[in-house]
Amino acid sequence: MTLIDLANPTRFLALTARALPWFAAATGILLAIGLYQSACAPDDYQQGATVKIMFIHVPNAWLSMFVWGVMSIASLGTLVWRHPLADVAAKAAAPIGAAFTFLALLTGSLWGRPMWGTYWEWDARLTSVLILFLMYLGLMALWRAVDDPSRAARAAAVLTLVGAINLPIIKFSVDWWNTLHQPASVMRMGGSSLDRSFLIPLLLMAIAFTLLFVTLHIAAMRNEILRRRVRSLQMMQASRIAFSSEMGAGSREGNASNEAGAA
Amino acid sequence: MMTSLGPYASFIVTSYAAAALVVAILIGWIVLDYRSQTRRLRELDRSGLTRRSGRSATDTP
Repeated sequence: MTLIDLANPTRFLALTARALPWFAAATGILLAIGLYQSACAPDDYQQGATVKIMFIHVPNAWLSMFVWGVMSIASLGTLVWRHPLADVAAKAAAPIGAAFTFLALLTGSLWGRPMWGTYWEWDARLTSVLILFLMYLGLMALWRAVDDPSRAARAAAVLTLVGAINLPIIKFSVDWWNTLHQPASVMRMGGSSLDRSFLIPLLLMAIAFTLLFVTLHIAAMRNEILRRRVRSLQMMQASRIAFSSEMGAGSREGNASNEAGAA
Repeated sequence: MMTSLGPYASFIVTSYAAAALVVAILIGWIVLDYRSQTRRLRELDRSGLTRRSGRSATDTP
């Protein structure tokens, strides 16, 4: 199956019907293993047991950027290649990305209070992620504000690509500015600085959450395709009603003129 | 070996509970949305409306 084959929404629906149960099962199994490994991870010598918050904070923070990256590629698909599923993919991803970003901010705050002594600090990393969250909400509002999905898709695609500028700012904010947020400890030059006892549950949870995103995204795309079918059928129904009422009015006028002629 | 959550247990438990709640809301929203769209498509099918391809709107061959 090629990407061109997937451009057909009907084929995409058929494929998702087969793939979704497998993705859901793999997500469930990996989440269970990841949660077990997280529960069994030892306490950190500085953070104590609060290190366990990292096992859900870090995957959500990664996904908050990854989902915007997926939406940016989909936006290119809308603007450059006009792929029929591109704007469906972008629209379906936005609420899921917003949820992951919200969780990254919330769990970060809950970790920050005992470790930093504050829930919130206006430092570069936290502020740039908050901006990302607000951009997700803005995109969702834009999709709802425009009735015609194809017009909304182009506007949303431009906004998404402009918003992608924020991704490197988030990633490198801890290097470019003096922030309270610690620098990268997993994806960095010279390899991870984490001990294996923390790295393994963290990676397992990251893979599990990524699979969760893929599963939810495919399901949300399927819903969006069905929503568009409903919309087009409703428009067809409305035009039929308008046509039949016009025909009815026309035949009544014809009957009236015939009666007048007969009289 | 499972360890005690220490003095900040409430922060840890709240984090995991919030993540579970948000994921549950996402899953619930997607499942309910799917049911709503398929129900509307079936109603439109019953009223005699079909797609231009001639297939039922809910078909996924």
